[in-house]
Amino acid sequence: MKNICFYFEIHRPVRLKRYRFFDIGNDHYYYDDFQNEDHIRFLAEQSYLPANKAIYEMIRNSNGKFRCAYSFSGIALEQLEQYAPEVIDSFIELAKTDCVEFLAETYAHSLASIYDYNEFEQEVKMQVDKIESLFGKKPTAFRNSELIYSDEIGEKIYQLGFKTILIDEVSHVLGWKSPNFIYSHPSIQRLKLLVRNFGLSDDIAFRFSNPSWQGYPLTADKFIGWINNFPENEKIINIWMGYEAFGVFQPNHTGIFDFLKALPYYALLNNIGFILPSEAAKKMDAVNILSSPEPISWSGLEKDISVWNGNDLQQEALNKLYAVGERVRLCDDRTLRHDWLRLQSTDHFRYMSHKDSFGTYYESPYDAFINYMNILADFLDRVDQQYPTTIENEELNALLKTIANLEKEVEKLQAELKRLRARKKIIE
Amino acid sequence: MKVLMFGWEFPPHILGGLGTASYGLTKALAMMGDIDITFVIPKKRGDEDESFLKIIGACFVPIVWKENDWNYVNQRIGWIMSPDEYFKLRNGIKYDFRRIYTDDLGCVEFSGAYPNNLIEEIFNYEAVASVLAHQLDFDIIHSHDWLTYPAGVFAKQISGKPLVIHVHATEFDRSRGQVNPVVYDIEKRGMDMADHIITVSNLTRNIVIEKYHQDPRKITTVHNAVEPLPDADSYVKTIRRDKIVTFLGRITMQKGPEYFVEAAQRVISKTKNVRFVMAGNGDMMYSMIDLVAKQRIADRFHFTGFLVGRQVYQMLADSDVYIMPSVSEPFGISPLEAMQVGTPTIISKQSGCAEILTHTIKIDYWDIDGMADAIYAIVRSPAMYKSLHELGKIEVSNIKWENAAQKVKTIYENLLKK
Repeated sequence: MKNICFYFEIHRPVRLKRYRFFDIGNDHYYYDDFQNEDHIRFLAEQSYLPANKAIYEMIRNSNGKFRCAYSFSGIALEQLEQYAPEVIDSFIELAKTDCVEFLAETYAHSLASIYDYNEFEQEVKMQVDKIESLFGKKPTAFRNSELIYSDEIGEKIYQLGFKTILIDEVSHVLGWKSPNFIYSHPSIQRLKLLVRNFGLSDDIAFRFSNPSWQGYPLTADKFIGWINNFPENEKIINIWMGYEAFGVFQPNHTGIFDFLKALPYYALLNNIGFILPSEAAKKMDAVNILSSPEPISWSGLEKDISVWNGNDLQQEALNKLYAVGERVRLCDDRTLRHDWLRLQSTDHFRYMSHKDSFGTYYESPYDAFINYMNILADFLDRVDQQYPTTIENEELNALLKTIANLEKEVEKLQAELKRLRARKKIIE
Repeated sequence: MKVLMFGWEFPPHILGGLGTASYGLTKALAMMGDIDITFVIPKKRGDEDESFLKIIGACFVPIVWKENDWNYVNQRIGWIMSPDEYFKLRNGIKYDFRRIYTDDLGCVEFSGAYPNNLIEEIFNYEAVASVLAHQLDFDIIHSHDWLTYPAGVFAKQISGKPLVIHVHATEFDRSRGQVNPVVYDIEKRGMDMADHIITVSNLTRNIVIEKYHQDPRKITTVHNAVEPLPDADSYVKTIRRDKIVTFLGRITMQKGPEYFVEAAQRVISKTKNVRFVMAGNGDMMYSMIDLVAKQRIADRFHFTGFLVGRQVYQMLADSDVYIMPSVSEPFGISPLEAMQVGTPTIISKQSGCAEILTHTIKIDYWDIDGMADAIYAIVRSPAMYKSLHELGKIEVSNIKWENAAQKVKTIYENLLKK
């Protein structure tokens, strides 16, 4: 029996306001609240709420046979809590059905997995806690921001306790292999990789209403037919996309919601089921290994990470930002730490790309860079006031190491003490 | 096909962008083959590059019949034009132009510049055009800029050949709204009579449609390009402690110099090690010096006066930022020249070249804060400088006159088919 594994991403960066260089040092608030509220309301009303309603109906009408997964960025959740709390409520309703799964990712939807491992670890933990506190479910499968993945990142994620990772269908990694199987990490066999079916996912997200596309018009019947025609041994079809595909990329009038609602019926008719990522990893065995020495992602033509760090502007911004990671983590100034997260979203760097600045609200990559760097300059000043950059990072690291070692030492000694006391008792 | 072109400037004697653009376009057109160009300018000095076209100086074309023998003509103008040609042209005098003051050969003297009696020169030039239209063999007429529209129109009326006018600027750009009705009238008549209008940017195209009420179907935008700079590498940036931000061009209302001064003031108030240079000459120079003094930034703001030849490129190469805050610029070739020597540029959105450039920073001319911000970013961030420096250079090397010439050729062909 074939299974469709649906997963939807919900992320939106915090939009930065126009920040001039003469504001540096004078103004420490970086966000365009009006635009943020406006856009979140728009997304909630056009996409999230109607889509949630549709999914809820689908779950009920199919007696819980329809299931799907979601991943949120912490940044998006915060904004939803602030501007559209009813969206959070409707996700809580969905969570109660037990037919949805919430995935782990980085809180800030950041590139920390590439630039700052300690930060990455912290962000994943923050995100898991946030999901658990909101929806009462602890994520067990992991998807990195922008589906960024490499063998190295895989190892790190395994160390954090995850055994399932979602990656994109990238031809230079898969080669002749089909995405419709489960694979595993080359050295850690227990770490399972689910691969997005890139073509089918984009058929819904980007091509659905395009009349010049040969698959147009796309109906649920036809879509399920395609899946049904896959070879019998291809058991899992991963269809993953941004949630705003429903209602924004494909507006309501294109019939996208009707298409969605009709899917379970035709799937079940053809004996095709629905499955959640962590269930799939548990039930199915990996057929082979997949190795990706270089980072891959789901964006750009090359599907590497060059849309975020491919040019000089982006590298400059990223290097400056992540150079202060250690210091920021030492701070207990909550606003500062919050700003740190908000400034890390991948989108800010994508707006600086010359080749693909998808979703940008700036006039040019240079404009994006100017504005971001002004804000970053102010932010770095604030960090500097707390932990002057005159202290070298290495020095700082040495101190941190000593502290960490001391803790371990104490633990060790305590354990020994316990052992000795117990021994003493026995002797007595 | 044979093209009769009327122009006002031709290198090496150029006063503005018009001469450079005329040269680039004609050269590329001639290189395509199958196009013979006769280029008329008011004053021919003899040192123009005639390798790819024929240049006729209006100052050697007789418009009043004077009896002269071959030897006398040879002695007078033989060094620049053959007497046979003179006599051939003399046969083209069909109208009585004795009201115009002429010399012993029946020719008019032209300054070839923009003198106070410019309107008079324009109409003398028109008289010359009538003689040429009668005697020369051509398929199409092409007039560059408003000074030559009357000449083009007259040539069209005489020969019945199609007229293309090339709008390099309009009175609305030059005067910031204070339009001179005489000039407007000349421009409007030229456009009304033209079979096709070429504008150097969409910005200009819109002005021609809206202010001159022309039919959009007969207007095509052909963006200017820039001649490759073979010795670009010979301009080396002098290493200085201070960063240099440069405004280079005529210091006139059209170029928006006051916005540059205001932006400079904002940058200087926040940073050290930045100097501002205003290179060029113009009627607003003294008021700019006053403004600089008033803003108390004169210690970091410098005026160089008019620069020529190599000095221009050296100044650009020495700059860390080049700014063109023009209020209304039909095209604006100088940012492209700055990019050729690798200087990052900031240009106003009200300039035509903004339509074809990516690796530059575009701001509204009145957005002083934005301009200051962009200057600050380039002088403070090496990554920003590097990107604009490298990618700008690559970008500008792909803006070629060949592409412009191809479009012009297509326009000619379509007109001749009719």
